[in-house]
Amino acid sequence: MAFYRSHILVSVDPKCLQKGSHEILDSLQDELVSHGLVDEVQVLETSRIGDPDVDGPDLIVYPEGVHYANLSVDDIPFLVEEHFLKGRIVEKLKAREHVLSDEELGAPKSKEVRVVLRNCGKIDPNNIEEYIAEDGYMALAKVLTEMSPETVIDTVMQSGLRGRGGAGFLAAQKWKFARQSPGEIKYVGCNADEGDPGAFMNRRVLESDPHSVIEGMAIAAYAIGAEHGYIYCRAEYPLAVKTLNIAIMQAREFGFLGKNIMGTGFTFDLEVRMGAGAFVCGEETALMSSIEGKRGEPRPRPPFPAVKGLWQKPTNINNVETYANVPQIVLKGPEWFAAMGTEKSKGTKTFAMAGDVKNTGLIEVPFGITLREIVYDIGGGIKDDKDLKAVQTGGPMGGFIPIQYLDLPVDYEALASVGSIMGSGGMIIIDEDTCMVDMARFFMEFTQDESCGKCVPCRVGTRRLLEILTRICEGKGQEGDIEQLENLSQEIRADSLCGLGQGAPNPVLTSIKYFREEYEAHIREKRCPAKVCRALISYEILEGPCTGCTVCARNCPVNAISGERRQTHLIDPDICICCGICMQVCNFNAIRIN
Amino acid sequence: MLKFLETIPATDPLAKPEQRQIIDQILEENKDIPGGLMVILNELQNRIGFISLAMQQYVSHKMRIPTSTVHGVVSFYSFFTTTPRGRHTVKFCMGTACYVGGVPQLIEKAKQTLGVDPGQTTPDGNVTIELCRCVGACSQAPVVVVDEEVHGRVRPNKFPQILRAVLDQGKQTSEQQA
Repeated sequence: MAFYRSHILVSVDPKCLQKGSHEILDSLQDELVSHGLVDEVQVLETSRIGDPDVDGPDLIVYPEGVHYANLSVDDIPFLVEEHFLKGRIVEKLKAREHVLSDEELGAPKSKEVRVVLRNCGKIDPNNIEEYIAEDGYMALAKVLTEMSPETVIDTVMQSGLRGRGGAGFLAAQKWKFARQSPGEIKYVGCNADEGDPGAFMNRRVLESDPHSVIEGMAIAAYAIGAEHGYIYCRAEYPLAVKTLNIAIMQAREFGFLGKNIMGTGFTFDLEVRMGAGAFVCGEETALMSSIEGKRGEPRPRPPFPAVKGLWQKPTNINNVETYANVPQIVLKGPEWFAAMGTEKSKGTKTFAMAGDVKNTGLIEVPFGITLREIVYDIGGGIKDDKDLKAVQTGGPMGGFIPIQYLDLPVDYEALASVGSIMGSGGMIIIDEDTCMVDMARFFMEFTQDESCGKCVPCRVGTRRLLEILTRICEGKGQEGDIEQLENLSQEIRADSLCGLGQGAPNPVLTSIKYFREEYEAHIREKRCPAKVCRALISYEILEGPCTGCTVCARNCPVNAISGERRQTHLIDPDICICCGICMQVCNFNAIRIN
Repeated sequence: MLKFLETIPATDPLAKPEQRQIIDQILEENKDIPGGLMVILNELQNRIGFISLAMQQYVSHKMRIPTSTVHGVVSFYSFFTTTPRGRHTVKFCMGTACYVGGVPQLIEKAKQTLGVDPGQTTPDGNVTIELCRCVGACSQAPVVVVDEEVHGRVRPNKFPQILRAVLDQGKQTSEQQA
């Protein structure tokens, strides 16, 4: 086989053809011949590279990966002479960097390290060849041809990769248990039931880089000895399901899934199963029940899934992000991975930052970074330059971290030490205008609603917690409520069957621990310090700033605002439901909360 | 013929030949795969729009599992509904970012505009409003999902514009029917 030092890939997308790709191909060939480079440089046709409307006709040169755009035939002699004869990159012909208009995932900030998100937004998720060009399925090839299942497990063990779904169990330990469990039939499962409100890291990986998850699962299947896998994806993510299904079909066509993969005799296939809107199915035993077609209720452990999982067979379940890390670990070596992070938490973690921070969206940072760096250096600080009040991590089972712990290094143990959890990576930034009692009530409303009802502590306990919290928010709190919340929380945590119930009290406990004075203000003074709880506040229109523009009156859902045009308006407190719409729509800051 | 099929109302999807055909096809394709019940119910919900009691009985008969099991699964998951929805669905994301970002105000606005509470359908059968779990578009909070389309950064005074497209369509349909 001929060896070429360079490859030129010319886009023959219909739009590029229209703009003259053929002439460019011919001209390239002529120039290479005249410089005697035909044996060194290969010219290939490829599908679209950049945006054909903006960049076409364009080509890309490997190994450098230089993208030349808006080419004309006249550019080619110069390009060939400079780049291929003299080895100089022609800056003036290079494609302009496209400004990313991606709301969720901007260009990496200085403190970010992108491992799991490396391909997101860079490759076309519906084209397996683009994944392959980024060393895709190389790790699977390496595993199948050079490594025994035990070496794979050892490698992942050395990397220190911990489950990214929340509990932080060593991934390789789980694989080892599943491998050692007796049985002919075993399964691998991928938990893509990303139900935490405020978390969308996994959705983005599935939609933008589905093959990294498929490859990771295939490697895990080889390690534990499974031939079949399931990806359980929540029904709220229709695009992720569609992208995954396309990716699985393409992987089958290319022989990365199916029988006798890469001629090694290894067989593995995969299917996507959809949830139907039950949060508890993110718990691994509930998830298995749901895949089996049953109500998604958790089962007591032991037996653990690694011993008796799907259809009573040994099963390994990891989350999307865990699997997406695996190919990189195999390719770059466990040492590379273990060099990032803290002593017990290795590698990077994706977070979905939301709430009152300037730059919301996805980030990926090495473990050990402080919350301060995340909020201020990456997040750009708080919106409208208000004060930060707390950071909420770990979704509805997580806790609030107050500002005195801003310099805490983010890893599994540190977050647990202050009463929160890592969770799957939701991170809500909360400013001074947020009421912590109301937030605790909000999370409890969620958990109470999503409690599957199988075990009593969770089913009844969360309901009681919610009732007390609602009472406090409505100004009907009593002395002793805080203590009752605390006692009840301890019991729910100790006695619940699964992670949902065990984690449910976290928002209550941490908000009491760090913001007890807010609870006391609600209960004793019937006052909401953050001016959020509707029963404890009233709205007023200020005479000075009000211009009488009538916007508030027109938008009030209960017609509580009266006033003539150009006259100061008035809110009738008996009708007002304190929804706050008037304040949001007012352009003159004329509305005040008392 | 199954006994209960004789008593089903004429409005049930099972009584309409073209929908019956879809139901049969979904059952035929999936009833033998492991864990097929969830797959079937998801398909039925997607393509028929809801899963009536008669449909549950039919699934139970075809799959040879108790009706109580089928109903247990249908009632467990919030995506499965047993009554038809409006032609359009307006969902309010109740994720944390959206809650903090102002979805409660939008819901008030919607109640005012449409005259129905979340979970209900307008009397003309045009619009159903619902609360939903985090749709994962937190960076665009607050989020309203109209049918499949996600609208981000919705302010209360802009909300009627989003609704208008849906309402206008409804008007046209009812005028055509009239």
